[in-house]
Amino acid sequence: MSGRDYDAIVIGAGHNGLTNAAFLAKAGLRVLVVEKNEYIGGATVSRELYDGWKYSNCSYVCSLFRPEIYNALDLGRHGLKVVPLTASMTFTQDGDYFGSYSEPNVRRRELMRHSPRDADAAVRFDADVMRWCRLIRGFLLRTPPDPGSLKPRDIFEFAYLLKKFHELSETQICEFIRFFTMSIAEYLENYFENETILAHYSGGSIIGTGLGVYSPGTAYVLLHHAMGDVDGNVGAWGFARGGMGAVSGAIASSFRALGGEIRTGADVEQILVAGRRATGVRLASGEEIRSGIVVSNLDARRTFTRIMDADDVPPALLERARKFKIRGSSGKLNIALDGMPTFPALPGGSPLTLGHMHFTDTLRRLERAYDDWKDDRWSADPYCDFLVPSQYDPTLAPPGKHMATVFVQYCPVEPEGGWTDEKRAAFGQTVIDQVAEYSPDFRDLILHAEIRTPRELEDEVGLTEGNIFQGELTFDQLLFNRPFPGYAQYRGPVRGMYMCGSSTHPGGGVMGAPGANAAREILRDLRRPDTTPAEYPDD
Amino acid sequence: MNIAREHFRQPLGRTPFHERMVALTTSEHWATWNGYKVPRIVDKLSIEYFAVRSGCAVMDLTPMEKYRIEGRDARAYLDRLVVRDLAKLRPGRVTYVAWCNDEGKLIDDGTLFQLDESRYRLCSQHHQLDWLLMSARGFDVGITVETHDVAALAVQGPTSYSVLSEAGIACLGDLKPFDVTRSDCAGIPLTVSRTGYTGDLGYELWMEPGDAEAVWDAIFAVRGRYDVHAMGLNALEMVRIEAGFVMPGFDFNTAEATVRNDHDRSPYEVGLGWVVNLDKGHFCGRKALAAEKARPPRRRLTKLVVDGNRPVGEAFVYAGRNGKQVGEVRCTTWSPILKANLALADIEFINGKLPEPLWARFDYQRELKWHTAWAECHAQSKPFYVPAHRSLTPPARY
Ligand SMILES: Cc1cc2nc3c(=O)[nH]c(=O)nc-3n(C[C@H](O)[C@H](O)[C@H](O)COP(=O)(O)OP(=O)(O)OC[C@H]3O[C@@H](n4cnc5c(N)ncnc54)[C@H](O)[C@@H]3O)c2cc1C
Repeated sequence: MSGRDYDAIVIGAGHNGLTNAAFLAKAGLRVLVVEKNEYIGGATVSRELYDGWKYSNCSYVCSLFRPEIYNALDLGRHGLKVVPLTASMTFTQDGDYFGSYSEPNVRRRELMRHSPRDADAAVRFDADVMRWCRLIRGFLLRTPPDPGSLKPRDIFEFAYLLKKFHELSETQICEFIRFFTMSIAEYLENYFENETILAHYSGGSIIGTGLGVYSPGTAYVLLHHAMGDVDGNVGAWGFARGGMGAVSGAIASSFRALGGEIRTGADVEQILVAGRRATGVRLASGEEIRSGIVVSNLDARRTFTRIMDADDVPPALLERARKFKIRGSSGKLNIALDGMPTFPALPGGSPLTLGHMHFTDTLRRLERAYDDWKDDRWSADPYCDFLVPSQYDPTLAPPGKHMATVFVQYCPVEPEGGWTDEKRAAFGQTVIDQVAEYSPDFRDLILHAEIRTPRELEDEVGLTEGNIFQGELTFDQLLFNRPFPGYAQYRGPVRGMYMCGSSTHPGGGVMGAPGANAAREILRDLRRPDTTPAEYPDD
Repeated sequence: MNIAREHFRQPLGRTPFHERMVALTTSEHWATWNGYKVPRIVDKLSIEYFAVRSGCAVMDLTPMEKYRIEGRDARAYLDRLVVRDLAKLRPGRVTYVAWCNDEGKLIDDGTLFQLDESRYRLCSQHHQLDWLLMSARGFDVGITVETHDVAALAVQGPTSYSVLSEAGIACLGDLKPFDVTRSDCAGIPLTVSRTGYTGDLGYELWMEPGDAEAVWDAIFAVRGRYDVHAMGLNALEMVRIEAGFVMPGFDFNTAEATVRNDHDRSPYEVGLGWVVNLDKGHFCGRKALAAEKARPPRRRLTKLVVDGNRPVGEAFVYAGRNGKQVGEVRCTTWSPILKANLALADIEFINGKLPEPLWARFDYQRELKWHTAWAECHAQSKPFYVPAHRSLTPPARY
C-alpha cells in the first residue's frame, strides 16, 4: 500500500458530509469530499431546472440546523441567511381556515375563533411540548452512549441521559414515555377538541414517516419538527435565502476556506479495506483514492449493502442494514408560477400566505391518505405542505413571478407495476388539483413543475427508497439504536470507517448534528483536539 | 363571542372603555393584557398612584378572565376545584380562592362571586377554561367564558364611595367588604362588588359592554366636585405590592405553563397557606398539600422591606451580606406612601426556617454607569400597607 492521498475522505456532499468534512479540516486534516452528482448538497440543494427559477428540490425549510454549528463554521460570513417564517395554516372544506400566527395575541384569538377551550389548552400544550424539546435538544450534539458498555465515557454519557430524565418529575417521566410511544392524533386529543386544530397540528408528525396520524410512534415526530428554532424562537421555521442550497453552499465554502477539497461527479463504488482497516475508496471510473479515514454520508442501508464488500461487513450487521426501516413515503413538487396564486378564503393582506399552507382539515382525511400509501398508491387526497418562499426571497424567481414548493405525504416507493413517467405526472396532477380547489387561478399560473416521487429521490440523491430522513424516526431507530444497536457511535465495522449521515443519531432533517458528532468521534480516535461545538446550555 | 376572520389586522383587542381611555391618555403608554390594549400609564404615574391612595382611581378591568359557573352542582364543583373552604360563601358574597393541580401546585388564583343560589362568577388572571372544563367531569354544571361579554371597572381609593354615590349608584353604604349586589347607575343595571386589588377602599362594577361608556361618563361627570383619575397597570403594580397581593405568572409560575421541574409553586410556598383548608373534604391537590404541610417548609414567597431608596429592580437575595444565595426578588416597588423599598422574594428556607439576616444584591444605574449595591432586607408577615378606612362600613363620606 503506497501512502495516502488524504487524511480523510468523506463520501457524499450532503450537508452532513460537508459538515463532517469541515470539522475534520478545521482540525488540520487534509480532507476530500467525493460526490456522485455534478452538484453538492444531497437533499439540501437548490437547482435551476427552469430558466430564472431556483427550486429547493428536496428540503425546503430550515429550523433544525444547529446554531452551534452555524457559529463554529462561521456560516453567516459564508453567505447563509435564515429568514424566519411566520405562519402556518390549514384550509377547511367549508371555505374557512385555521391560521397559526406568530403574533401571540393573534394566535390565541384565532384558536378562540375555532374553540375557546382549545385556545386555553394551548398553554398546557406549549409548555408540555417545550419540556420534551428541551430534553431532546440536550442530546442533539452528543454521541449516544452504548448502554452495554463499561467504558468511562459511555457510563458518563449514560449518566448524563439519566440525569436529564432525573430532572423530570415522576409524572413527567411517565408522560414522556407515553409521548414517545403514542400516536400524534391521540396525543393531541389530550389537549384539543376542534377537528381543524387537531388536523393542523398533527400534519408535521407524518412528514417523512410510513405511519399515519393514528400510528403509535408518530407523536415523537412532532418533536422533531418542533424542537428546531430560528434565533431562539423554538418551533419557528425559516427560509434559507437562496433556497436550501445556500445551507450546503455556505458549509462547502467554509470547508474550502479551511483547505478542504470537493470532487463532484465522483461516484464511489467501493470502500477499500485491507486487514480490517479502511484504506480508501474506488470510484466508478476505477480510480482509487487512498486514505486511512473513510466516512460515509450515505444512508445506512446503502453504505453497508452497496459500497462495502460483504466480506467486510459482519453478517448480523448486514442483515440489520437490509432490514433497516427506510420506507419512502413522500413526494415533492416544485413549481414555477407566473404570479402569486390567490386564495379566496383568505382576506386580502393575510400574513398566512407567507407560511405553510395545508389543505387537509380532519384527522380522518389524513388517515385515509395513509391508507392509500399502505396499498402502494399515492394518496388521492394527500397531506400537502405548500409554501411560496419567493414572496420574500428575491433570488428564487424573477420579479413578480413566484416559486411554490409542495411537500407531499404520501407517495409510495413503488406503485403497482412500478413508476412510469405517466404515473408520476398523474401523482403531480393529484397535488395540483388539491391546491386548485382552494386557489382557482393556481393551475393557470403554472409555467413548469418538477415532480419528485421516491423514485427520483432515490435516483438523484441516493436516498434509499426515497426515505427523506435516511431511515425512519421511530423509537426503535433512535438514539443508541440509530442506525443499529452497537453502531450508534458513528464507527463502522472496520477501523477507520465511519458514518455521518442522517441515518445516524440524531437523525434526519437539515441539522448538521450527525456530521458534527461523527467528526468528534473521528478526532477522538485520532487523538486530535475536538473542533466540534458543544450544545448551548439553555439554563 | 363572534370573532371575524380579519381579526389579524388588529392584533390587540379594544375594550368597551377604550375610546374613553384614548380621550384621557396623554402618555400613550400602552400595554397588552390578555389580548387587549390597555394603558400602562394614562397620564402620570404619581398622580394615578395617589389617586388610589388619597382620591379615586378608575381602572379598566375588562381583560380579566371571567367565567360563569352555574347549575345544580355548581357549589359542589367549586368546592372540589378550589383549596379554600367555601362553607361561608353565600349569595351576595365574594371570596378569594386559589386552585391547584394534583401535585398541589398553583394553577391560578382569583375571586369567586356568588351571584345567586346556583350562579357564580370566577375571575382569574390566566386562561382557565380548559382546566375548569376538565375538572367538571361528573358535575351538572355549566361553564362559560364571559371575559369579553362583561365590561368591568375598578373604582378604588378613599373617595370611591363618595364618587360612586355621586355618580348615582345607590345602596353602596351598606355594602361590606366582599359583598356583591345588583344595582344601577342612572338607570343602567350593573353589578357592584366591594372588592379590588389595591388594598384600599374600592369597588368593582360589572356591566353589559353596551353600557360601558355611559357608566364611565356618569363616573367622570363628578369631576369638578371630586378628583377622579383613570389609572393604568403601572400604578396598580405599586399598590398591589403595598397591599401584599401576589400576581400569578409574575410572582410565581402557574403550574400549567411551567416547563422546568420544580419551577412551579404550591399555595404554601407563595404565602397563600391561609386559603388552604385541608379539612373541608376532598379537593384537587389535597393529598399533595397535606403531605407538604407535614414537612418543614422549603421556601416561601416573602414580603421584604429593603433598606435604602435605590431602585431594587432584579436582585438576588442572600443569607447575610456576601452569604449564601437563597432567593430572588420577584417584584419590587418604591412605596411613596411608606417611603420604603418593598419586594416580594422567592426564598429558600434553611432547615425549615427563613434564613436571617437577609441581604439583597442588585445593580442600578446612575448616568449610564452601573453600580452594585447591597441592602439589608426585613421580612414582614403582614401586608405592607393596610389603611383602616378600607374596611369601614359605611365608608367615610367626603
Ligand atoms: C423531499 C424532501 C424534503 C425534505 N424537507 C426537509 C425540510 O424541509 N427541512 C428539513 O430540515 N429536512 C428536510 N428533509 C430532510 C433532509 O433534507 C435530509 O434529512 C438531509 O438533507 C440529509 O442530509 P445528509 O447529509 O444526511 O444526507 P444526503 O443529503 O442524503 O446526502 C448524501 C449524499 O451522498 C451522495 N451519494 C450517494 N451515493 C453516493 C456514492 N456512491 N458516491 C458518492 N456520493 C454519493 C448523494 O448524492 C448525496 O449528495 C427533506 C428531505 C427530502 C428528500
